[in-house]
Amino acid sequence: MSKQVKLKIDGEYVTAEAGQMVLEVARANGKFIPALCYIDGLKGLGACRLCLVEVTGIGRLLPACTTPVQDGMSIVTSSPRLAECRKMIMELLLSERNHICSVCVSNGNCELQTLAAELGVNHVQFPYRYPKLPVDASHERFVVDHNRCVLCSRCVRVCREVEGANTWSIISRGINAMLAADLNEPWGGSSSCTNCGKCFEACPTGAIAMKGKAVGENAKRAERIARLVNARGGAQ
Amino acid sequence: MRVVEISPVTRIEGHAKITLHLNDDGLVEDSQFHVTQVRGFEKFCEGRPFYEMPSLMARICGICPVSHLLASAKACDAVMAIRIPAAGERLRHVVHLGQIIQSHALNFFHLSAPDLLLGMDSAPAKRNVVGLVEAHPEIARLGIQLRKYGQRVIERLAAERVHPAWIVPGGVASPMSEAARDELLAGIPAAKEGAERALALLKSVLDRFKDEVANFGNFDSVYMGMVDADGLMNLYDGGLRFRDAEGEIVADHVPAEAYSDFIGEAVEKWSYLKMPYYKPMGYPDGLYRVGPLGRINVVDRCGTPRADEELEAFRAAYGRIVTSSFHFHYARLIELLYAVEKLEIFLKDPDILDTRVRAHAGPNAREGVGIAEAPRGTLIHHYRVDGDGLMTWANLIIATGNNNLAMNKSILQVARHFVKGNKLKEGMLNRVEAVVRAYDPCLSCSTHAAGQMPMEVQLLGPDGAVLDRIAQADEV
Repeated sequence: MSKQVKLKIDGEYVTAEAGQMVLEVARANGKFIPALCYIDGLKGLGACRLCLVEVTGIGRLLPACTTPVQDGMSIVTSSPRLAECRKMIMELLLSERNHICSVCVSNGNCELQTLAAELGVNHVQFPYRYPKLPVDASHERFVVDHNRCVLCSRCVRVCREVEGANTWSIISRGINAMLAADLNEPWGGSSSCTNCGKCFEACPTGAIAMKGKAVGENAKRAERIARLVNARGGAQ
Repeated sequence: MRVVEISPVTRIEGHAKITLHLNDDGLVEDSQFHVTQVRGFEKFCEGRPFYEMPSLMARICGICPVSHLLASAKACDAVMAIRIPAAGERLRHVVHLGQIIQSHALNFFHLSAPDLLLGMDSAPAKRNVVGLVEAHPEIARLGIQLRKYGQRVIERLAAERVHPAWIVPGGVASPMSEAARDELLAGIPAAKEGAERALALLKSVLDRFKDEVANFGNFDSVYMGMVDADGLMNLYDGGLRFRDAEGEIVADHVPAEAYSDFIGEAVEKWSYLKMPYYKPMGYPDGLYRVGPLGRINVVDRCGTPRADEELEAFRAAYGRIVTSSFHFHYARLIELLYAVEKLEIFLKDPDILDTRVRAHAGPNAREGVGIAEAPRGTLIHHYRVDGDGLMTWANLIIATGNNNLAMNKSILQVARHFVKGNKLKEGMLNRVEAVVRAYDPCLSCSTHAAGQMPMEVQLLGPDGAVLDRIAQADEV
């Protein structure tokens, strides 16, 4: 049995197992911490930064999904400073690519949309970038619309950690980062892809969508990923 | 020479202005109907998956999104190269009839009735739907109820009244429930009564408008509309029929994909709205009219009992081919009656509840054309896709666009007849606007421009200087 640690979250004492991440423990104790790149069943990455929390004694904010619990640590999951930061991060995400909910296949089934609403984002203070990005419709069943990608890399991780195919990766750096199949080839031509559809289920937005879906029809079941992982005997 | 500018034109959908050129004797020499915005849907859809088009293109219009959804979904059906399930097709008919009912009721009661019931020369401050509510509350209520019923048909099937995502490539997203069918059927008697009363009302005031009937776009032209295999009215599907001014059928059962053999599109630098014309006659002689009057003129019959009786009476009174655009109003109300009757027929068919409503397929063809008869006329969506089904090109001919040449000609005729002298009277200019209203144009759709329709009239001198102008907000 792994070592038990005791920590405080928002002033309440909780116990956790050493090695668990703050996000996991906080959520297990009924706390709301927004997150986009985190998904039950996959390793945390700290990519989206929405799950930032305050850790007493540390000046900067830390991502809850990649911060392991420690004995005696004290966490704040909700404060005006956090609310402002999370909202700003969400606005930056929205301004980066072309997120047009009203004509999106994931309208009403989108984690980005839901979180933006939960965080109270009703305006974006940054100028939209409106990048001209391609849509890869070469796959028989699925389509990748880079306009709707938030680079959370859930697809990359589920493909690597659960399916073991390693089809997806993020190429280029910074603002030029892009999702790519194999060696940046059309997805339909990928020799590693098993067509399993886990990347589709894991994607929080309409970026990876099932073909032929009308507006709002692209419903995902991201919870399937955790179920699959558990059925296979837990995370590797 | 002076130029009169009417800007904005009111009680129509979209933005426009009219310029009238007067000669030295104060008579109208020329006129232009300018549609002043551009929206660009044909361009920015490029690169998107074709199956997203219905919902994207529906955003062209908030008044008749259903018509755009249908024309677009039909173009997608063609790209998929499939035949949609029969129940899906029937449900598309039903939702479209709801659209026709709400839009025709909107035009007659809210936009046109102020002119028709309160008078062309009545005070502009009262000549609107609010004035109508004050003067004839029961008529305004009737209009609101009828429109509401049409909206309810759409909402009951598609969950949303505006921009529903329910009409999809391959059919519709979900079948009709028994409860929805029963509710809509229960509303039929009241809707029928509403349509009958609207028609009776229009007929009762027609005598007051003899001058308008004679001069509101009263000229020979070609007419276009969709008919079924038997030559009956069909607003959802069929082939295009063209009749010339003599009533001869010059082209019949033209399939959607052959539209461009018969329709050309010309461009004039003073308007964002293209000028479609009947190709065999060339530009601008190939002027044709669509919409209620165009359809009523091309069809053999409507195919429902009461509408056919009214159609016969209409033809007995005004001839087999009715040439005055003022009678768009009359034709629209015959169609309204037809739509309610046809809706009842569909709802009473037990097959309407069939649950097989959608076919699935990928892009099996590189090109597709979808045509539906929108409330304002024939609506054409034409798409081309690449091998993966991403849009490479789109051409849209919007209902209102088909009537562009006719609207221009009608404005000139009305202006020549009613606008005289160097001082403008509001009633003169209202008639110029009213002839545009008769076509029930949706200019925001036609150019893919946004917003409500303010319209303006300008009076220009021989040198092109603006001598007078009337914007809707201005006092005369």
